[in-house]
Amino acid sequence: MNMIAENFTFLYHGFGIASDPFNILLMAIGILLGVIIGVLPGLGGANGVAILLPLTFSMSPTSAIILLTCIYWGALFGGAITSVLFNIPGEPWSVATTFDGHPMARSGRAGEALTAAFTSSFVGAFFAIVMITLIAPLVAQFALQFGPAEKFAVYFLAFASFVGMSKEPPAKTIVSMMIGFALAAVGLDMVTGQLRLTFGITELLNGFDFLIAVIGLFGIGEILLTMEEGLEFRGKAAKIDPKVVWKTWKTLPRYWMTSLRSCIIGCWMGITPAGATPASFMAYGIAKRVSKNGKNFGNGEIEGVVAPETAAHAAGTAAMLPMLALGVPGSPTAAVLLGGLLIWGLQPGPMLFVEQAEFVWGLIASMYLGNIVGLILVLTTVPLFASILRIPFSIIAPVILVICAIGAYTVNNNVFDVIMMMVFGVLGYLLKKTNYPLAPLVLAIVLGDSAEEAFRQALLSSGGAVSVFWSNGLVSSIMGLGLIAGLWPLIGLAFSKLRGTSAQPA
Amino acid sequence: MKHLHALGLGAVTALGMTALSMLPAAAAWEPTKPVEFIVPAGTGGGADQMARTLQGIIAKHDLMSTQLVVINKSGGAGGEGFLDVKSNKGNPHKIVITLSNLFTTPLATGIPFNWKDLTPVAMLALDEFVLWVNAQEPYKTAQEYEAAIKAAPDNTFKMGGTGSKQEDQIITVAIEKALGKKMTYIPYKGGGEVAVQLVGGHINSSVNNPIEAVSQWRGDKVRPLCVFDSKPLPYTDKILGDLSWSSVPTCKSAGLDVEYLMLRGIFMPPGVTQEQVAYFVDLFKKVRETPEWKQLMKDGAFNQTFMAGDEFKAWLDQSEKTHKDLMQAAGFIAGN
Repeated sequence: MNMIAENFTFLYHGFGIASDPFNILLMAIGILLGVIIGVLPGLGGANGVAILLPLTFSMSPTSAIILLTCIYWGALFGGAITSVLFNIPGEPWSVATTFDGHPMARSGRAGEALTAAFTSSFVGAFFAIVMITLIAPLVAQFALQFGPAEKFAVYFLAFASFVGMSKEPPAKTIVSMMIGFALAAVGLDMVTGQLRLTFGITELLNGFDFLIAVIGLFGIGEILLTMEEGLEFRGKAAKIDPKVVWKTWKTLPRYWMTSLRSCIIGCWMGITPAGATPASFMAYGIAKRVSKNGKNFGNGEIEGVVAPETAAHAAGTAAMLPMLALGVPGSPTAAVLLGGLLIWGLQPGPMLFVEQAEFVWGLIASMYLGNIVGLILVLTTVPLFASILRIPFSIIAPVILVICAIGAYTVNNNVFDVIMMMVFGVLGYLLKKTNYPLAPLVLAIVLGDSAEEAFRQALLSSGGAVSVFWSNGLVSSIMGLGLIAGLWPLIGLAFSKLRGTSAQPA
Repeated sequence: MKHLHALGLGAVTALGMTALSMLPAAAAWEPTKPVEFIVPAGTGGGADQMARTLQGIIAKHDLMSTQLVVINKSGGAGGEGFLDVKSNKGNPHKIVITLSNLFTTPLATGIPFNWKDLTPVAMLALDEFVLWVNAQEPYKTAQEYEAAIKAAPDNTFKMGGTGSKQEDQIITVAIEKALGKKMTYIPYKGGGEVAVQLVGGHINSSVNNPIEAVSQWRGDKVRPLCVFDSKPLPYTDKILGDLSWSSVPTCKSAGLDVEYLMLRGIFMPPGVTQEQVAYFVDLFKKVRETPEWKQLMKDGAFNQTFMAGDEFKAWLDQSEKTHKDLMQAAGFIAGN
């Protein structure tokens, strides 16, 4: 209790530092830059922060980190915009937002979807910040429990809940996921240090970047589909209503249970640190299974936007904690921020909270203020962004194509990636036509590498014994949850069979 | 703030003097467009941190007339970055920072390049390696830890390190040879992750670079046993209690005859002119005079050897041989 009281004193001082007018100005600039970076696919938060990092060397560390983290928040907000409007997720964790966000936009409810996305982001982030404020030291201890076996268990849970919760036949989900795993295996094998599946092609050394795959599968694939359906974009029927924000807000409290569940999933995944991507997928999958409206998910259900956005932002924010307390970046952006901390002479690690209390609590206070400033800024842009959909498709489609190509090129400054993006576009179109779900493929590309790595590290340390995944309470319970989630359809089937036979004796 | 200004002024004066002393060479080559600074490793690692610090120092002190742009090309254990530099023959607006993967990547993966395909510019520093254990472990000295490894069956002790068939695993194999016992080597993506896994007790020891583990040491979570260099480190700033980097004994003095240092050097594409190389040698000499660079050296307990020209080439030749021998002995060469 004493510790918590002490934290509050520090936080109070932190607010004093963060609410300095210069710092508030930096927050607004950071958020705006971040939104722009988030909207352009490929540029991404990590690149944005890396480009601007040298500019901050002349500022005080607290001001610099406020500017950079606000770019991060802005990019998180901005990632949702293209997901909803054009079905192009700018960041891995916005993929799940497209599932219901884009159908909403297509039926003329873009404003609602954006408002729900931004508001949920804010709620998720806010929940995580409150958690950081209250139990930061405990949480850091919990993160230390996660060795390779525990990490694999978390990834397993993410994959399994996707197979089990999927609307499509599990076989198709698994096929799609396996294609993703195969693509993720290309490049360097981290455990043996050997190249795999590169066939001597230099361009494949780096493997398939997630962003290239996503821009192609979702963005280009979507354009191809829309072209086939006759160049029509139903979103243009949308009325621009400045009051859309208020109207949406009135409906949101109804989903408090989904929000709370997503917040908890997000915080947990952010700390472990599995990251925001599995968090958003898992929150979406569970909401779909548990919610009353679950059957309607995928056709433009607002709850399907609330669940992944809340979880992604709770995770993205909670991931800052392991970075500060342990020096392990939870995301590429956090890795660049970590580099910045070192340049300013701040050593992330167990002593940061003790030796640099002013900096740490200034940063935490800026998270509160930055998110509030961010929410206000992005909400004012909702009618503006929603009105983009009123532009005829025949004009907007080439523009999207060009932006996609630029985005794909920016990832590695490589023309080969632009070609790959087109290939993925055709693949995405074919998969959609044959009713294979794209999301498991993307999930496997994003997490396949890390999951494989954790699996093999765990087996190395156990000398090859699979029992390592059941070796302690923590890892066993996560694996157990994963098995239940993965086998859910079978369990459900068994139940209904049992009930069926007892009701109608032969 | 005053303090900062004083520092800045000092640096400016120092720079002014350096600039004056090299006036005769003023007509030499200078970059005419932004220079790409390739990092053949991911963001956040040791090489990336150093490259971004260099970028910051050069921008802050206005040491270059154009911009320096850091680009990460980490594919294929850095092979992507090296191939990019190799294929840019005669392009003076591209430099690359190296780590040991300059030698290990072509040997382990068979990716076709060799340091001789690039133009060596300068060695900026050498990175040290330290043997670390969790502070909860009973081993206070390297001797105690060695004895424990020797007394246990093969593969009992787990060593964590960065990457596979790279510097950390090479050192691990050398330790195994010196002790006559096998350890279980577990590769991770980055040095920071390794340090945290050590704190969490998921591995028994690591050979982290000083900068990767120093904050955990300050927090009394890990303990340094010995340093893989021929002499103890010169840095005497207190880190934990009365202990400083200089109080860490060499591994050799602790009965573990293994030495390893990692190159932090700068290379250019093949076919660039002497003047162009000279420009960058000079640039990095100026960087070494800045207070920020000196601070980085101190924080990371680097070995501050600087080399350029033929001396550097001879060192590279020798180091390549050493790596080849070590990797041959460990069976890490591609195709084996």
